[in-house]
Amino acid sequence: MDKNVRLMKGNEALAEAAILAGCDGYFGYPITPQSEIMEYLMAEQPMHRTGMVVLQAESEIASINMVYGGAGAGKRVMTSSSSPGISLMQEGISYLAGAELPCVIVNVVRGGPGLGTIQPAQSDYFQSVKGGGHGDYKMITLAPFSVQEMADFVALGFDLAFKYRIPVMILSDGAIGQMMEKVVLPVQRPRWTEQEIREMSPWATVGRTKDRHNNIITSLNLKSDVQEEHNRQLQAKYKTIIENEVRYEESYCEDAEVILIAYGTSARICQKAVDIARHQGIKLGLLRPISLFPFPEAALIKYAEKVKGFLSVEMSAGQMVEDIRLVVEGKTKVAHYGRMGGIVPTTDEIIENVKNLIN
Amino acid sequence: MSFETHKFNSHIAVPENLVYAKTPLMNDKPLSYCPGCGHGTIHRLIMETVEELDILEDTIGIAPVGCSVLAYEFMGTDVQQAAHGRACALATGISRLYPDKYVFTYQGDGDLAAIGTAETIHACNRGENIVIIFVNNGIYGMTGGQMAPTTLPGMKTSTSPFGREQKDAGYPLKMTELVAHLPGTYYVTRQSVHTPVNVRKAKKAIKKAFELTRHKKGVSFVELVSNCNSGWKMTPVDANKWMEENMFPFYPLGDIKVPSK
Repeated sequence: MDKNVRLMKGNEALAEAAILAGCDGYFGYPITPQSEIMEYLMAEQPMHRTGMVVLQAESEIASINMVYGGAGAGKRVMTSSSSPGISLMQEGISYLAGAELPCVIVNVVRGGPGLGTIQPAQSDYFQSVKGGGHGDYKMITLAPFSVQEMADFVALGFDLAFKYRIPVMILSDGAIGQMMEKVVLPVQRPRWTEQEIREMSPWATVGRTKDRHNNIITSLNLKSDVQEEHNRQLQAKYKTIIENEVRYEESYCEDAEVILIAYGTSARICQKAVDIARHQGIKLGLLRPISLFPFPEAALIKYAEKVKGFLSVEMSAGQMVEDIRLVVEGKTKVAHYGRMGGIVPTTDEIIENVKNLIN
Repeated sequence: MSFETHKFNSHIAVPENLVYAKTPLMNDKPLSYCPGCGHGTIHRLIMETVEELDILEDTIGIAPVGCSVLAYEFMGTDVQQAAHGRACALATGISRLYPDKYVFTYQGDGDLAAIGTAETIHACNRGENIVIIFVNNGIYGMTGGQMAPTTLPGMKTSTSPFGREQKDAGYPLKMTELVAHLPGTYYVTRQSVHTPVNVRKAKKAIKKAFELTRHKKGVSFVELVSNCNSGWKMTPVDANKWMEENMFPFYPLGDIKVPSK
């Protein structure tokens, strides 16, 4: 067999893909529904396969700061958690963004607020695409909707993280993390040597050589004009990302009267809803944002004047719908349908809401 | 010394009668510390150690949040600046990924013994192969002299203006004795830098701490009791005297844990 085809849980596929991506270090803390990621890595002992380090930290706060240390030293490092744990990491993520450090952060989202539920949800959209921690910053946010994408987005995440020196969030959910599907695993990428790191990431704190000044990893600029300039550079970088890294998938949008906008688990339900609706003679389409930041604004604008409306389907009280409204600027109707608390919307509920939107 | 001064400070004229100079690895910048503060001396001792052991290419420091937040401006090694209290987590990440490097944290008492207690205890408990330099002056200096976990009973600060009361604010935390109990610490000592004799002892301790990381047997933890004359609202001379009379009885100097031969 040429291809490495496996039947795996989303969390496990992501963990295996991390080893295959040439990841140098994983630092995490157990939390449902993503504990399989660290469990898989611990059982797989990647230290013996690639030399990858796996460490269980004392908290999510420690995990994200271990990631900061490793990222600042030029390594491919990652962590994973679920919603409450990601909330704890927000301080560290803000520092990573401020210091412009590359890393991959996985959020297998569960319902909130507070301890909430261990069931899947999509209520962490805001804390992923709007920054989440303090200050003006963004993370590239990728939303997998299959076990295959759980695997594929790890290497992609590292590539984008290093291309732009930015933290990349893989925003999954409990359903994608827990379900089993066929997955074609990528080929093994080598880990970087220290010499390669010194050449590729000359900013990294690997130890000062006598031909250069000391490298400093910091997010601190006490002078206001310097801090403002730093922020201008960050914003310019985000603009470049918006121009170059939008990812989305559309189906049946060309002639659609209504287009569903959904990512992750919701997008899978919406795929089925589109099939059913088309059989019923309803011209329904689906636009699935794959990158949530950058958001597929141009695609939305393209269809805004053609359709009767957009329906944002989310497992939340309505978070992504705010961004859709900002993009559409009143050119068409924008409705939201969501379930919360770990409940996944059904195709019937979605089609019912589509009909309401048309009428 | 394997270090060549002129490579780093080529623009500084060297007088003929030079008897004492900034060590090459201290960057050519005026220190931001108050006159009489121990930070500058401690920075120098660490940089002398890196020079003498010839480990610059393999040394990474972690700066804290506190008075020494800008330590990377003065110390010539590669440095990462951590979020408040998280230096030991950063050091863990680096040391695990570069097991042959010398990784040190530089932290004050607010950073290490209050907000960073968990990171400190767990790094020590895992036996991370790092050096922790802990500067304890019993107060939050940078934010203007607030009560720290290490503030002595009865000591006046801006948030204990009538003196630290144990019934409200609890007891000063002896982090150094605490971590010495953990099997993950290899070398634990408490020193000061307020007299030439103490500076020499502190230098010996810091150098030993760095050398011991070669054994890969766990954390080397060096506390340096220091004055904060501004925060304590004393002259530097009075602050050192007060430190000897009040801090040292509570935080006695000397080795607490040394590797068995």
